[in-house]
Amino acid sequence: MTASTERRPSRRRSPAPRGPRESLVSRTMAMAVMGIASLYFLVPLWWLFVAATKSRSDFTSTAPLWFADFALFDNIAALIAYRDGVFLRWLGNSALYAGAGALIATLLAAMAGYAMAKYTFRGREVLFNIVLGGVLVPATALALPLFLLFSQIGATNTFWAVFLPSLVSPFGVYLSRIFAAASVPDELIEAARIDGAGEVRTFFTVGTRLMAPALVTIFLFQFVAIWNNFFLPLIMLRDEDLFPVTLGLFVWNTQVSQIPDIRALVIIGALLSILPLIIAFLSLQRFWQSGLASGGLK
Amino acid sequence: MKKHSVARATALAAFTALVLSACSTGADVGGGNGAAGDCEPADGPVNLTFTSWLPGVEEAVAIWNDENPEIQVEVQTGPNGNSGTYQNFFNQLEAGNAPDLGQIEFDALPNFRVQDGLANIAACEGLADAESTFIDWTWSQVTFGEEDAVYAVPQDIGPEALYYRADLFEEAGIAVPTTWEEYTAAAEQIRALGGYITNFSQGDVNAFAGLVWQNGGQWFANDGEAWDVTLDSPESTEVAEYWQNLIENDLVATYPTFTDEWNNGANSGELWSWVSAVWGANTVISGAPDQSGNWAVAPMPQWEAGEKAAGNWGGSTTAVFSGGENTYEAAQFALWLNTDPEALTSMNATANIYPATVDGGELEAFQSGLDYFGGQAIYEVFAEAAANVNPDFVWGPTMTQTYADVADGFSAALSGDGTLMDALLAGQESTIAALKAQAIPVQE
Repeated sequence: MTASTERRPSRRRSPAPRGPRESLVSRTMAMAVMGIASLYFLVPLWWLFVAATKSRSDFTSTAPLWFADFALFDNIAALIAYRDGVFLRWLGNSALYAGAGALIATLLAAMAGYAMAKYTFRGREVLFNIVLGGVLVPATALALPLFLLFSQIGATNTFWAVFLPSLVSPFGVYLSRIFAAASVPDELIEAARIDGAGEVRTFFTVGTRLMAPALVTIFLFQFVAIWNNFFLPLIMLRDEDLFPVTLGLFVWNTQVSQIPDIRALVIIGALLSILPLIIAFLSLQRFWQSGLASGGLK
Repeated sequence: MKKHSVARATALAAFTALVLSACSTGADVGGGNGAAGDCEPADGPVNLTFTSWLPGVEEAVAIWNDENPEIQVEVQTGPNGNSGTYQNFFNQLEAGNAPDLGQIEFDALPNFRVQDGLANIAACEGLADAESTFIDWTWSQVTFGEEDAVYAVPQDIGPEALYYRADLFEEAGIAVPTTWEEYTAAAEQIRALGGYITNFSQGDVNAFAGLVWQNGGQWFANDGEAWDVTLDSPESTEVAEYWQNLIENDLVATYPTFTDEWNNGANSGELWSWVSAVWGANTVISGAPDQSGNWAVAPMPQWEAGEKAAGNWGGSTTAVFSGGENTYEAAQFALWLNTDPEALTSMNATANIYPATVDGGELEAFQSGLDYFGGQAIYEVFAEAAANVNPDFVWGPTMTQTYADVADGFSAALSGDGTLMDALLAGQESTIAALKAQAIPVQE
């Protein structure tokens, strides 16, 4: 994120601050608040990383926020070896649920949002308002009704029980409608039509390109939402081979009273399970930035 | 059994409310189909599903599957009961797709019983004769004291004893307490030396219940028509006053159990003893790795000198859910799983269970001394404790709620707001309210 603050001023045409220069006091205050907030968010991560590098005996006996003997790779090896590598399977499941789920969810949201922004049809606003209403309903509240629905068709405890509900993103529809309305000019669509492109082709060649920054955002949001989704898998799944990594780690964590040693695996597993999120953010962040910047230029 | 984060607890609470409102029909004490029905084997091969959070239970099940090609059992898993699996069971019962068998802790059985979630397997082959195989109290808890009724097969238990730092007690010249009175005296001496005799955790209400259990107290009774809630019984109050005194005089530490700071207290030598169940041995070994050879185990301190009463903390059953088609096969599997020496040995190896059978203490794994405990054969102490647990203790049908409400009160008491007795009284009231809300009859 620091990169964006460095880059943006150079692109801006008039770098002069808009309001009066803020005082040193308020700037210091702001920095202090930011600093505290960063600490607040980073210390747990730091603890997790440090804890993951410790052997079991060092874990209880040494300072929690600094390293003892570096046993990170031994710990990872133990984690992967435990129960024939079921942890890797969980990671793979999460990647599939979140990766494929977010991809399809993004496509669906983009199509729906584009359609609502660019076509006028009866009931458009009603439809949009219903979708907006969907944003307000927390996923947790839907888990139990979904379980009962899936029970009706005998599809609980299957891959689809977690995957299908992940494919819809009301927030994504909302965002892509707003973004499509603002960034896809009607003239361009008109030009594509005159050139003989069909509606579907226009959407994929013109629409999605212009909406790319919004789509990356939707993808990221949905990816994180599915990756962290805990409640739905908890209710739906009983077969260990279908678990996402969040549920798997939670299950292990509740076994600590029976097998105290498993705690170390939960910690190292937690560290590994957030790596894909960090990678997704860092690698997709540049699209995000360029999107925001180009939006600013317009 | 363990603490949850507040957020998760809230989510689960909301969730429970939903489920309870969905399941509250037919929640009378006796249940609908009290009598034992027929229990006949199926004609062809049978596939059963079994949900358990016992680590490595697949290995024991694999032994069964090898020996019984006609009855194949598939293991499914989830978090421990109170962390989600019980709610899942209730959802699944509601939706009609519950597994054939499930792991249920003793203190959660009444909840499933009042919701008619359990099949009565008393008529199934071998079950009627199984009573003498299991420790008294476990059998009375799976039958609810009813005639011709067996609602689950006991799996494991948690008889309690006193883990203590043999080296520290000896160095300080303090005799290992055999009564609770001596325990208080020792606590004062230890405090003077800068340590704490033990820890009182706000979250372990089931451990507290174990202490009440040892004292011959009851929290619940059921006369077949209505529930009597007695969290404020004289024995229960006596235990609360005892610990309240220790807390007020700063004679016990108040870490949340099973946390790093608590482990650290045990590992550093700040905490000198812990009244805990047989499975606590692994907790101590893992949490206090530097103190190998220094811990030992003695019977629990007594309320009356010379007695041998023990409490119990934890333990599970294998239950057959109602509505399944293969009750006979499920019951056979449940009985085998929890009595077959090979199966018990396997579950002990993977999950450290202590069997609920009368001769459970005779497993090979329990015979030798443990180096960590200075070579002491600690399981002898627990085997004796298991035989001295009051057989008549009864759990209520809303233990999750009772635990949560009493834990809130304990938490307040530890921060100086009210007492443990207040917490029990508040828990008493909220439990009665919760029972009424579920249309479960309560004695006034």
